[in-house]
Formats: sequence, structure tokens, C-alpha cells
Amino acid sequence: MKLLVCVSKTPETTAKIAFTDDNTRFDTSGVQYIMNPYDEWYALVRALELKEKFGGSVTILNVGPASNDTVIRKGLAIGADEAVRIDAEPGSALFTAKQIAAYAKDQDFDAIFFGKETIDYNGSEVSGMVAELLELPFLSFASKLEMEDENKAVITRDIEGGTETAEVEAPFVLSASKGLAEQRIPNMRGIMMAKRKPLNVVEPVAAEDVAVTVNYELPPEKGDVKLVDPENMEELVRLLHEEAKAI
Amino acid sequence: MILVFAEHQKGQFKKAAFETVFYGHKAAEALGTECVALVLGDAENPEELGKYGAGKIYHINDPGVAQIDSQVYTSVITQAAEKIGAKTIILTHNSTGKALIGRLAARLDAASVSGVNSIPEKSGDAVKVRKPVFSGKAFADYELKSDHQVISLMGNSFQPAEVGSPAEVEVLDVDVPDSRLTIKDVDRVEGEVPLPEAELVVSAGRGMKAPDNWGIIEELADELGATTACSRPVSDVGWRPHHEHVGQTGIAIRPNLYIAVGISGAIQHLAGVNNSKTIVVINKDPEAPFFKAADYGVVGDLFDVVPRLTEAVKNFKGE
Repeated sequence: MKLLVCVSKTPETTAKIAFTDDNTRFDTSGVQYIMNPYDEWYALVRALELKEKFGGSVTILNVGPASNDTVIRKGLAIGADEAVRIDAEPGSALFTAKQIAAYAKDQDFDAIFFGKETIDYNGSEVSGMVAELLELPFLSFASKLEMEDENKAVITRDIEGGTETAEVEAPFVLSASKGLAEQRIPNMRGIMMAKRKPLNVVEPVAAEDVAVTVNYELPPEKGDVKLVDPENMEELVRLLHEEAKAI
Repeated sequence: MILVFAEHQKGQFKKAAFETVFYGHKAAEALGTECVALVLGDAENPEELGKYGAGKIYHINDPGVAQIDSQVYTSVITQAAEKIGAKTIILTHNSTGKALIGRLAARLDAASVSGVNSIPEKSGDAVKVRKPVFSGKAFADYELKSDHQVISLMGNSFQPAEVGSPAEVEVLDVDVPDSRLTIKDVDRVEGEVPLPEAELVVSAGRGMKAPDNWGIIEELADELGATTACSRPVSDVGWRPHHEHVGQTGIAIRPNLYIAVGISGAIQHLAGVNNSKTIVVINKDPEAPFFKAADYGVVGDLFDVVPRLTEAVKNFKGE
């Protein structure tokens, strides 16, 4: 199977969130970056498992500047065969989706994988956009994917209040949630091999940014916690009712 | 014109649909336009959406929309928007909304933002909205600069209020394409309020020591009418089902009340719950980081404290 896995770079989960330039830009100083966990742990690993079963190749694709190469190399170390970086600063979701669709359009991928969302902007938009731009079926928030043969997949995905299992013919677009695969840690051999695998840099296509972030704000600081005597849960109930109006 | 896609489940509209219609009404007021609702498939009393602010309800009832396929829905919703002359589409930020927002935005070449929690406002030629980002650790303001906009509303952001009366329902005729998905099985969790919609949540973690001890959590949740949740470690070891896992890599929630029992409060867990309106932390370790994010804290042995709290809630409800 010829598989494409689209990956994002995100701040590491414990990164300090701060803003600069009068709260108009994310403050990147001292921030460590990782591959978005949903992309790495679930989308990439499930694609690798399919390649191991059916043969073929796994390409990882990132839209971003050269500083993303470290994160991309990790994907190669985990087992992707090659990488493509579209050399553009990723702006709005639609800008990014147009870049991915322009690249994937003529490549005949059997399936295109995404993580269900990035942990920074929590958008869940790019995967559906790419599906629409390529006119492919889209299975969002997939937690299970079974393939008996290369042409047909049975996918379990989240729906409101439960899950649904659907059959779809390749090619399709999928966004991965927890459960789709088990995280893989790259080994030394993988890390060494990753250095020799191709990482192709592609020029972006023209696209406009129509949804732009203009300002950021941190939530107000929480006041101090109010401690309640563990012997006196009536007091907690009273506070929750009268003060917090939560019950 | 603003078009709100009002989703129902098995014909019933839930709070999320009323909230999204109400939000559409507020957005229309702010932008100086009108709000209408779109209903797909067999639904009971669609006219009721008028009470929450839809000036009119458009209904497409074709067998082809009985199952949710983002490709089919995108085609149907864009046809409806075109017929009605709606330039702004509002969805609920739930599983369905997340499946649809990207597709709709790409189809309409629209500016889109998912998971917003503010009423849109005009900002020159653009429309400005706010959403939580970095898993709730900050907010970002977006300017949408295009002819069409698609936004989805983060649940529990507004309390839906009745602002009107039942409205006219017009049946709309559109071409429904064939789905390329064959549905094999649907597995719904019956009875419970799904976590993202729950207003009250009781959540427990490793401090519970063993899966057999969850009875006290379920009793407290029952007494409160709350939904149960858990931290990642306990869902990873299989003490609790995956769908209960809240946190950065699980479900992000923002209930009115989040009670965390025996959860230390790792930053990844906080990322999924820190937008809850009120947080109660019960932990025997006074140094547990969760207390810093809590409104109310109880330092004590959860096996004593939780049954005592359940009893106190029972007495309170009995009054």
C-alpha cells in the first residue's frame, strides 16, 4: 500500500504557554517541540503496521520551515520510508490543507492518515479539508482500522454518544484517535537509518490565509484553593450550592 | 444569514442543539443578520428550535441523510446554504461537527474556526471570534476574512435560553449523493450523558488503588446525577474504559463541576479539564499539584471522604 501520514510539530505537553509582541505571537523561547502525539502514536504507527502487512511505503508529510526537520526525522526513525516537507510557514488550517492536497493530488495514495487534532490549536480541521479537496471519504476520530485486503477497510470511529463501524474502499482519509495503535519508541538502528532516508523539500502552492490569529490571552489566574475539612462534607455541599452554584 | 446545523439523536434534540441554535441567534444579533436552522433526517418537533432563536427551520428528510457521512452532509449542507443564501454556517463542536467543519470550509473556501466560545463580533470587514487553544491553557482571537465562514461552538459555553416561539418549518429539496461508507455496526452508550455534554463529572485516578473500588465513585455520581470519568493511567491499565479518559490525549471537557478523586493532577490531565467552571480535588497528598488548579480542596483519605460526600449530597437533595 502507498500510504501518506501528515504530521505536525507541536510544543511538548508540559511547555510553558506564554505570548510575546503584545500578545500577538506564541513565545517560542525555551519551548521544546515534539511530533503531535496523535500523529506519531496512532496515525503513523497504524500506517507502518499496514505496510508491514501488505508491503508498500509510508511517506510522512509536514508543512513547515526547515526547523521542523528534527521532528520529521523522528518519524523516519520510527519507520517511515521517506519524508516530504512543504517549505511554508503553516498559517490557517485551509492554507495547510491546500498545500497537502496539492502534493497528494497526483500521487495515488491508498490512504492518507492524520492525528485527530493537534495539541496546540486543537482544530480537527485539516484532515477533513484535505478529504474534501481530494473528494475522498473521510473517517474522523478513528479508534480501530482493520484491512483484510488492500482495497477495503473496516473502520470504527467516534459518533455522538458512541462509536460506529463502517466499511470503506481505498482511497480514503482518516484521522486517528487513541486506540488505533500502540506508541512505538524509535531504536538506535532506526535513528541511524533515518539519517540516510530521503527528506524532500517541496515549494508551496499559492494560497490565502483567511482565518488568522490576531491576539492571544492567558486565562485569569485561579484564586487560592479553599480547603474544606474532610470531616465536614456538608460544608463542601453548601459551598458548591451557595457559592459556586454548581449543584 | 446564519445557518445553524441542529443535530438530533434518533429524532431527539439535545441540549447541545438548543445551545448551538441559541448561539446562532446571539451571533445574528451581533452581526446584524438573521439566524435559521437546518435539520437533517427524521426529527421530532423541529419547530421547537424557534424557541431558542431560529427564525425559520429548514428540513431535509431524505433516507440518504439517516447516517452521518461527512461527504454526503457537506454536499447537502452547502446546497441548503446556497438556496437559503446563508454565508455563515454554525456547527456544534462535537464528533459530528469535527467531521464536518473542515470539509465544509474547504467546499465553500470559507474561513473557519473550530471550538469557539465567544459571540462573533465585527472587526472592520472581518468577523472576530475567540477559542480556547493549547488545550485550554490560553485563548486566541481569530479574524475571519472571507465571504463565507464556518465555525463550531464549544459545548457548555452558553446556557441556552428561550428567546422566541416555535417557528415555521420548510421542507427543502436537495440532491443527496450516495454514501461511499457502508455502516456495519453502531454502538451507543445508552442512558448516560456523554462526557463532553455532562454538566457534572466525577473523575477518579490511581488513588483508587484497584478497579473494584469504583463503587464509591459511581454512588457519588449517581447521587449527583453526574457522569463518571477517569485519568489516563487507570484507563491505560484497563481499570476503566477508554471512553472515560479525560485529559490532553483523551477527551477535553468543561463541565460546571469537576470532582477529581485520587488524581494527582499531571499537566496533561489538567489540559483536558482546566476549563471546568468549578473544580473540587479530593486527595490525601496536600502537595498534589491538582490543588493549585482547584477551587475547593479536601485533604483526606478518599475512602472516607467520598462516602461522606455522597451522604451529604443525599441529605442536601432530601431537603
